[in-house]
Amino acid sequence: MNVLIVVSLGYVLALFTVAFMAERAARSGRIKWLRAPVVYTLSLSIYCTGWTFYGAVGFAVRSGLEFITIYLGPSLVMLGWWWTVRKLVRIGRTQRITSLADLISSRFGKSNLLAVGLTLLAVTGTTPYIALQLQSVTQSYAVFAEASQDGFNQTSQTTTALWVAIGLALFTILFGTRKLDVNERHDGVVMAIAVEAVVKLIALMAVGIFVVWGLSGGIGPMLEKIDASEIGTWNVSGGRWAGLTFLSAAAFICLPRMFHVMVVENDDERHLRMASWAFPAYLMLMSLFVLPIAVTGLDLLPKGSNPDMFVLTVPLSQGQNGLAMLSFLGGLSSATSMVIVASIALSTMVSNHIVMPIWLSFTGAGASMSGDVRYIVLLSRRLSIAAVVMLAYFYFVLSGGGSALAAIGLVSFVGVAQALPVMIGGIFWRGATRIGALSGLSIGFVIWIYALFLPSLGVGVVVSEAMMASGPFGLTWLAPHALFGVKGMDPILHCLLWSMLLNSFAFVVVSLCSFPAPLERLQGAQFVNVFDHARSAKEWSSGAAQSEDLMVMAQRILGAREAQSLFGLEAARQGAQGLLPEPTPEFLGVLERELSGSVGAATAHAMVGQIVGGASVSVDDLLAVADESAQMMEYSSKLEAQSTEQRRTAEKLRQVNEKLTQLSVQKDGFLSQISHELRTPMTSIRSFSEILRDSQDMADIDKARYAGIIHSETLRLTRLLDDLLDLSVLEAGRVSLNLSHKVLENVIEGAISSAGLSDENPLLIRRTPAREDILLHTDVDRLAQVFINVISNAQKYCDADPRQLTIKAFQSKGLATVDFIDNGSKIDPDMRDVIFEKFSRVGETKAGGAGLGLAICREIMTRLGGDIVYLPGQDGTAFRVQFPIICEGQAA
Amino acid sequence: MSKHVLLIEDEPNIIEAVSFLLSRDGYKVSTHSNGHDALEVIEAKQPDLLILDVMLPGRSGFDILADLRGRETGEGIPVLMLTARGQTKDREMAQRIGATRFMTKPFSNAEIIETLNEMSLA
Repeated sequence: MNVLIVVSLGYVLALFTVAFMAERAARSGRIKWLRAPVVYTLSLSIYCTGWTFYGAVGFAVRSGLEFITIYLGPSLVMLGWWWTVRKLVRIGRTQRITSLADLISSRFGKSNLLAVGLTLLAVTGTTPYIALQLQSVTQSYAVFAEASQDGFNQTSQTTTALWVAIGLALFTILFGTRKLDVNERHDGVVMAIAVEAVVKLIALMAVGIFVVWGLSGGIGPMLEKIDASEIGTWNVSGGRWAGLTFLSAAAFICLPRMFHVMVVENDDERHLRMASWAFPAYLMLMSLFVLPIAVTGLDLLPKGSNPDMFVLTVPLSQGQNGLAMLSFLGGLSSATSMVIVASIALSTMVSNHIVMPIWLSFTGAGASMSGDVRYIVLLSRRLSIAAVVMLAYFYFVLSGGGSALAAIGLVSFVGVAQALPVMIGGIFWRGATRIGALSGLSIGFVIWIYALFLPSLGVGVVVSEAMMASGPFGLTWLAPHALFGVKGMDPILHCLLWSMLLNSFAFVVVSLCSFPAPLERLQGAQFVNVFDHARSAKEWSSGAAQSEDLMVMAQRILGAREAQSLFGLEAARQGAQGLLPEPTPEFLGVLERELSGSVGAATAHAMVGQIVGGASVSVDDLLAVADESAQMMEYSSKLEAQSTEQRRTAEKLRQVNEKLTQLSVQKDGFLSQISHELRTPMTSIRSFSEILRDSQDMADIDKARYAGIIHSETLRLTRLLDDLLDLSVLEAGRVSLNLSHKVLENVIEGAISSAGLSDENPLLIRRTPAREDILLHTDVDRLAQVFINVISNAQKYCDADPRQLTIKAFQSKGLATVDFIDNGSKIDPDMRDVIFEKFSRVGETKAGGAGLGLAICREIMTRLGGDIVYLPGQDGTAFRVQFPIICEGQAA
Repeated sequence: MSKHVLLIEDEPNIIEAVSFLLSRDGYKVSTHSNGHDALEVIEAKQPDLLILDVMLPGRSGFDILADLRGRETGEGIPVLMLTARGQTKDREMAQRIGATRFMTKPFSNAEIIETLNEMSLA
């Protein structure tokens, strides 16, 4: 017992050392022997897990030669389908694919939804399989414990499983996430599993040789023994044979761990040459002694012994403890290498497609990728590995390690095989679309879960017995093992048939009915024509297809018309038929320049390169593209803001300039008006004062008259200056209102008496005082000033006989309105606005005003929150004064 | 034989002052106070000298002078332009369109008499 633990630990320690040395060698550049084709071939052997190592014998005991299908499928793939594998490897290398989920999501336009779906499929399909490995290690351990008569119960079984799980998780974390490599290569791990491949082969062969030559006495007797046993007499049904072969072949390509070692860890495509014959050979050796061991086990061991453990129990029963130990190590190797690679592959998917997107979207760190992110990525990988292994451990504990687990191998195969149609379609058929892929995968996944996975957990766990028998809700045609009325079929084959059929059907039909997005088109061409591209760098063999792709891309970016004219011109220049020119280097240069005008040089280069160059877009390229787009977006939004701002500024400047020009013209006009208004009375004053001064012999009456003129002209000057000052104060808004209460009637009364109506040229004023009973709260003096002005204008200018002025007042909605209507001639319509301008005068007669009165009135009314306008449509000249009854201006 | 002066001016007090001064100095004075029909009045009265204000109601003194200089009968009449705006712009304008003399209000009595005397002698 203790020996077993020491040996196990020693073996694990040796593996650590191998992995560590390999990593060191890789770091110091001695990579050549690490990456030899033989290492690649051996690493593929993780296909042979603990289930295969121990279980193949059990399989043979239970179902005869059927176990061979599990080896046959992969062998056929490597021998007959090596070109498909080569294509996968090429695509994986050029596109820097990190996992199966990455491959498919990247083929279908980097769809994250697909990636997440595939990750879930892979985790669901693989976790039970990892649990199976834990079980095989634990069981083999238990077998040894029994043999050495130690107490070893169920509790210690789960404890063993826990320690194994922890150990494996630690190993994987240590060597699987040591560094973050874009290529996802793990030299230490690959070397370790290559060593394990050798160990498990040697172990199985050793047991086989012991059985054949040690126990049965050579090949001849052995064959006789086999023929004699019941295994040799079983017939294998053709359908099951073909189905299982297909299934194992599909799983070989689609299993996450297989994809990982075959595509992601592949260092050189040429390694496939050796692997294509060496790996089938390895599988053949692995299967060579399965039957002899099975037959011998049945022969030697008591009835009811677990055939899954014959590889251990046969040597043990013969007292060959050393051989049994080697066999145990072989089983341990098979199990551990599977767990390690599977958890690396799964953690890559979980971390890249689930954890990181969530983390990035939560922290919004996408734009500012820095060194911290590397740490986060590593952390998320490590946590994912721990989570995957622990998930498997809990699955093991919950399922109780029973027969349900043993059956899970093929169930798991059917699950991962659901990725096959999409994967093969994706790399061979350009018409495949994202929607199609999603449809196919979803349908396949659902059928697998419903018809195989859930029932496999045991009848009554999730799916009830009644449901198994007669379908859900009594729908017999939906019974999990008899879908659409197909009864009596093996459950595995039944599910495989329906899921693959409907999966492929949905994938193809939906793809045909949907259109690929531009990125899908690009990626599709890139994947499907991965071999053409490498060649076509020089010879433009598939020119038409490329031109079409270029055209599609150019239309997206440049717009249909511009792209068509660009291509049309080039086609005409080349003398080609139709619109599509040959993608000559010159034309590609032109196109790239055109595109870079819209999307930036890095993006344009990457896009054209994608289609014609076969160059994959590296992380650096993508970063450059992202930088460029971010810069361009920032730049263009800045530019837009700037140009808007500039337009606004220019418009403001234009307005200000216009206003200034206007003001300047107004100021010039105003100054010359003032000059005129001041100089005119001063001319009279000067002239008459000189006359008075120079004429001694003047009659008194003349003297008095001239003195009178001088006096009136000085008054006129004073009035002018008063008006000017008043107006300038009003215009500058410096006037403070002196608000008080007064009834409108009294304001009008006061204005009339102040207007200086003379008796010599009477103006009859007609009012309705009752309607003037409005209590105002406003600057009543200013209001009176306006009224006085309007009334004295009527006094000055009304030319009727007899003259009269009607004053009508009324109020509505808080506004008081006072109309002044005389019966003289009307003001010319052209002049009705002008009269409110400064120094404007109507008519030819001088009435002593400088033409500022109405301008002042308008300023005052504006201050009072009201207005004064010419009122058309009356019998004579009419003004309407309108203002709020309660003035809201600031109090004095 | 006294010279006939036609004064075209809209300010009554200035008309009175200038008429008084010129009559006292021996001129025969007639007056007119708007721009509309000033040209017709000039044609009709055929004055020896013309005093023309710039800012007239109806029509500006500049327009009247420009028209006058374009007519055969008005070509040779010496014209004294008066302006209250007092800007060099007005002076230049007056000279360009053919005013004989130009004077800014307010002027001294001696100044206007002297100017007219010079104009009538020339």
